Amino acid sequence: MGREREAPKQQQVSYTVEQLVALNPYNPDILPDLENFVNEQVSSQTYSLDANLCLLRLYQFEPERMSTQIVARILVKALMAMPAPDFSLCLFLIPERVQMEEQFKTLIVLSHYLETARFCQFWGEAAKNHNILEVVPGFEQAIQAYAIHVLSLTYQKVPRPVLAEAINIEGLSLDKFLEHQVANCGWVLEKGQGRGQLIVLPRNEFNHPELKKSTADSIPLEHITRILPILG
Amino acid sequence: MATSYDFDDGVGYEDMGGGYRQQPQDLGYDPNFVPDAVKTFVVHLYRHIREKNVYEIHQMYEGSFQKLSDRMFKESPWPSVDAVAPYVDNDHVFCLLYQEMWFRHLYARLAPTPKQRIDSWDNYCSLFQVVLHGVVNMQLPNQWLWDMVDEFVYQFQSYCQYRAKMKNKTEQEIALLRQYDQAWNVYGVLNYLQALVEKSMIIQILEQEKEGLEQFTATDGYDYSGGSNVLKVLGYFSMIGLLRVHCLLGDYHTGLKCLLPIDISQSGVYTSVIGSHITTIYHYGFANLMLRRYVDAIREFNKILLYIYKTKQYHQKSPQYEQILKKNEQMYALLAICLSLCPQVKLVEENVNNQLREKYGEKMLRMQRYDEEAFALYDELFSYACPKFITPSAPIYEEPLVNYNQDAYRLQLKLFLYEVKQQQLLSGIRTFLKLYSTISIGKLATYMEVDEPTLRTILMTYKHKTHAVDSEGKIFSNADVDFYINDDMIYVVESKSAKRYGDYFLRQIVKLEETINEMDRAKLE
Repeated sequence: MGREREAPKQQQVSYTVEQLVALNPYNPDILPDLENFVNEQVSSQTYSLDANLCLLRLYQFEPERMSTQIVARILVKALMAMPAPDFSLCLFLIPERVQMEEQFKTLIVLSHYLETARFCQFWGEAAKNHNILEVVPGFEQAIQAYAIHVLSLTYQKVPRPVLAEAINIEGLSLDKFLEHQVANCGWVLEKGQGRGQLIVLPRNEFNHPELKKSTADSIPLEHITRILPILG
Repeated sequence: MATSYDFDDGVGYEDMGGGYRQQPQDLGYDPNFVPDAVKTFVVHLYRHIREKNVYEIHQMYEGSFQKLSDRMFKESPWPSVDAVAPYVDNDHVFCLLYQEMWFRHLYARLAPTPKQRIDSWDNYCSLFQVVLHGVVNMQLPNQWLWDMVDEFVYQFQSYCQYRAKMKNKTEQEIALLRQYDQAWNVYGVLNYLQALVEKSMIIQILEQEKEGLEQFTATDGYDYSGGSNVLKVLGYFSMIGLLRVHCLLGDYHTGLKCLLPIDISQSGVYTSVIGSHITTIYHYGFANLMLRRYVDAIREFNKILLYIYKTKQYHQKSPQYEQILKKNEQMYALLAICLSLCPQVKLVEENVNNQLREKYGEKMLRMQRYDEEAFALYDELFSYACPKFITPSAPIYEEPLVNYNQDAYRLQLKLFLYEVKQQQLLSGIRTFLKLYSTISIGKLATYMEVDEPTLRTILMTYKHKTHAVDSEGKIFSNADVDFYINDDMIYVVESKSAKRYGDYFLRQIVKLEETINEMDRAKLE
């Protein structure tokens, strides 16, 4: 019975918070709701940039109410939203003296590695700071998705070691991962020239520029209509 | 009307020390004395407002008020509202409007005292409350309504700057700050703007207009069926006010969201007033620059800079002329930054490009180098051209009083330069890529003097930084030179701008038709 009561309540909470942010974004009273909502995003693996920016804004207006623990969670969530620039968007709102705290310095370094595609350093640093990251489920998968995103922008065919380093999976686990991607995401495995394996990533307009639709040649209808009187 | 954008009080961030200046008290100024010229002015303005004669109101507002200010109130405030009230039937709303202009004049030409700053806030509260309760039945010129929103945000920003300079405050000033802690409170400011947007239903009006159910843009926001335009147009301009406040706070994402109901790809009510047009595009462009959507920023900066270039001469006599020039210069600096990070020069029109080269050509060359000097230039241009960032929170009175008026600016600058640093190797890569159609990773690594794994990360960084995420979460490319990698081989694709013959022919057809028409007319004479 407890479960039955809880389910609709949960739904209502998230509905209300998002609505509060939309309708009443400049109301200090919604601060506790927004903090709870951050925790809810962490546990339910969901994400709302608008709600989190709204909370950071309220912290900016009333710094004495700021919870650094919540801020850290927002920042980890923002890292997971890469390639979107959410992490910077959050930093723009966090006072510099707060950013000097050790845990935030770490997160800024991690963001720097991701922004400059230095995945090897990233995974090394992440491993050393498990305490900050492990509280947020889905972190590893989210970063792997980002790494694959950057690889797909860049490569038609990526050498196996490059992929392995970017997503931090090796050996048998990588075989299993690849098997899954081949079955579900259209990846193809090829034998490279002599050494090692090549992974053919799905085609997109960024790694196959010829797929890009050329809009340059088309003329919008409303431009044509301008000369219709002349033609008629 | 001499409205102030961001930069009226102080040129840069360097000269903002010190507390407030005591207002130079003109001994000859008697707030209760109303010269005849002022009597005539308020009587006429009051009458035109009651008769809803927008044209005459506009003439008096833009012309007469300015002329009288120049002639009689160069160094002193206008007569007090209490003194002029008897000449306008003690009309409550008119007095609020008069008072608003009174403060605006004071801010522009003199220095407000702390108490005057607070009184001006109270006046805005009363004015907006009257408007929000829907009892205003006037038709006011867009220029005036824009100036109200613009000035409201300006005075808020000015107050935050003033309050953050705690070091030289007298005890009396601090007591005043603590007593009136609601004055220019950030929640209050944002909620007034938000309330004007909501109460005016402007978002719904703009939506319905798209379906032809409502007219707003076509009439420039004026109401020709006997109603009032005040709430609607104030609501409209408040969206731009919100964009600006959010930019001042460093919240670029939310700022752009507030602007979404206005379609800036077309002209609209926001382009009907030059100040509003410039403020909109300046903040839109700046926010996009900070969001790394360089192409969007370049496109809009280019458009407005071309517009200013072509129409500048018509504004020469306008009281806003200096502000137009100032923002013009700042936007060239921002364009120089955008193009240095994202060299999409083909998006820039020839006249604008010539101006840009003249102003920043040499600096832009040095910015490509990414040495210490280049960073200093990014710093210089950003500091010159950025909005006047504010810290919205009140000072902590219990702790030793320090100035914190530069904190917000320093943070935004630091994060921006951080971004520049992350992109520092990209211009080198771009230069090499332009020289080859294919090149192996090994060879390019040798040329770049890095090892292969490092080169691969630089190439991926290039891809990541040149592919931004738009407001709907879709990826789009900002790159002028692009590439893909196949195993160990890089294939370069230079996006050649396909000549738009279609457009060219369309224009020539229209031109030919015009010429033929002209010739037909000439025969008749």
